[in-house]
Amino acid sequence: MSAPAPTKTGFFDCRDSFAATIEALAEADPRIVTVVSDSVGSSKLAGFRKKFPERMVNVGIAEQTLVAVGAGLANGGKVPFVSAASCFITGRALEQVKADIAYSNVNVKLIGQSSGVAYGELGPTHHSIEDLAWLRVLNNLTIIVPADPWQTEQAIRAAAALDGPVFVRVSRMPVPALKRADPLFKIGESETLVDGDDAAIIANGTMVHRAISAAENLASEGIKVRVVNMATVNPLDETAILAAARTGAIVTVEEHSVRGGLGGAVAEIVTAHDPVPMRIMGFPGFVPTGSAEWLMEHFGLTAAGIAEAVRQTIARKR
Amino acid sequence: MPLTAPSRRNDRVATIAEKALWIRRRSFQMVYEAQQGHPGGDFSAADVLATLYFGVLRYDPTRPNDPARDRFVMSKGHCTGAFYSVLAAAGYFPESELKTYMQPLSRLNGHPNRNYLPGVETNTGPLGHGLPVAVGIAIAGQIDNADFRTFVLTGDGELQEGSNWEAALTAGHRRLENLTLIVDRNRLQQGARTEETASLDPLDDKWRAFGWHVEVVDGHDHAQLLDVLGRSPRGRSKPLCVIANTFKGKGVSFMHDNVSWHHGVPNKEQYEQAMAELV
Repeated sequence: MSAPAPTKTGFFDCRDSFAATIEALAEADPRIVTVVSDSVGSSKLAGFRKKFPERMVNVGIAEQTLVAVGAGLANGGKVPFVSAASCFITGRALEQVKADIAYSNVNVKLIGQSSGVAYGELGPTHHSIEDLAWLRVLNNLTIIVPADPWQTEQAIRAAAALDGPVFVRVSRMPVPALKRADPLFKIGESETLVDGDDAAIIANGTMVHRAISAAENLASEGIKVRVVNMATVNPLDETAILAAARTGAIVTVEEHSVRGGLGGAVAEIVTAHDPVPMRIMGFPGFVPTGSAEWLMEHFGLTAAGIAEAVRQTIARKR
Repeated sequence: MPLTAPSRRNDRVATIAEKALWIRRRSFQMVYEAQQGHPGGDFSAADVLATLYFGVLRYDPTRPNDPARDRFVMSKGHCTGAFYSVLAAAGYFPESELKTYMQPLSRLNGHPNRNYLPGVETNTGPLGHGLPVAVGIAIAGQIDNADFRTFVLTGDGELQEGSNWEAALTAGHRRLENLTLIVDRNRLQQGARTEETASLDPLDDKWRAFGWHVEVVDGHDHAQLLDVLGRSPRGRSKPLCVIANTFKGKGVSFMHDNVSWHHGVPNKEQYEQAMAELV
């Protein structure tokens, strides 16, 4: 497949990767359909609609039916990719996600688009910084938060290959393609992108490249920090989390609320096994008006902010 | 299925009547023994369920995931007394298992779970979930031009859930002729009459306005139900809504049209009186 075009030099919109991958998968597997709620453009599915018009179901602005129709299509033998803004496909249709998808344990792929604070100035109604907290407690539901275009493609392919419900959280925030010595994606397995034993940063999604920059900055001070990309939030890579705890200090970073997301998930494991000082970075809750970039800056979700959090957490090491 | 010979049709109606009576007796026994359940709705839906499973649906209980099967979605998932009874009668699991209803670790949870029990298409319980899922099943059939039909049974109070009307729009828009909704129109919801709570009338006009074909029948008349549900949908070009006028607690004098039997459970005397009437 052709690589998606960069949005600015070296940066990519992961929705392009989603769109290219779903089109390629649909060519090979006639069971694949997409389901949208007037969300063709925001899901970048215009190309899919042109190629497979009869395999796109648009239910209109109706998220409960969007998700439930996905469950029904799976019952009818389809492999539905249900795609809408993450804030609506989760919050508006949460009981459908719980009962029709997770509890019924059906083969539906939910794609939460433009997650986190990507909608910036549109405000907390359109931010999706609660989605991981809402979904993480649901049994059966695999949750993936890819960090770059390559991992987005891998996540979509893995979701299609898995017989069961999956939520993939896709961002529209520009991210660079991460450098990997040995690219391998498996659901439930994290990847260590920077080695180090003085502390560990566990991040996912748009925060991974910022965490890597933070680690590079700290390395120049002689502080060796591990960076773990925890793309799968359900099921968690407990082995990698416990290994991170053995560094003696953990900082988690996510484009999500500091309550109930990746940080909470990591803390559940760490406190049950090997408690160490932790810092959970993210958003405190409903945020004020500002662009996505401004919000990240404001709440310290930058290379400098993450590096400072690592220094402070190392200072708390026992 | 074809309903040509009148004698065969009469036999079928007689079988349905026999099964409906059995569902009422067996589900009431389940509710009595569990001291939990929703017997009023079990009784209002018993005739619709018996008609579907013994006159209309094409299914093989030994192949519950057969892609060609007709689908039945039990949206009023609280009426598991009747639903589990009809599934057992249809052969999906042994009738002897019905005595485990709501017991610890039983497959027969208060609301149905497809991962426990064959014959359950989707997990229901919260209201307003069955129709949207059934719409998705029908769309899959429409995309494949498949032969199977999809049926869904909702309560009437349940139609106060907005999700139904989202799904109704999509079904009408897509002209899902392979989809049939049956509304168990007993006019009573948990706490009061529907029309005193959030009125639904004129219910037939509402469905027509959403692009559906509507039939209004006596939901306790097996011959009427068989005729309207058994008719081929080909060429109708619209989803079908069958408003089945029913009575909560139908079949037992002291339960008839009585809201307190929504989730009322019988004592020994009431149980014995009901069983004496259900003959």
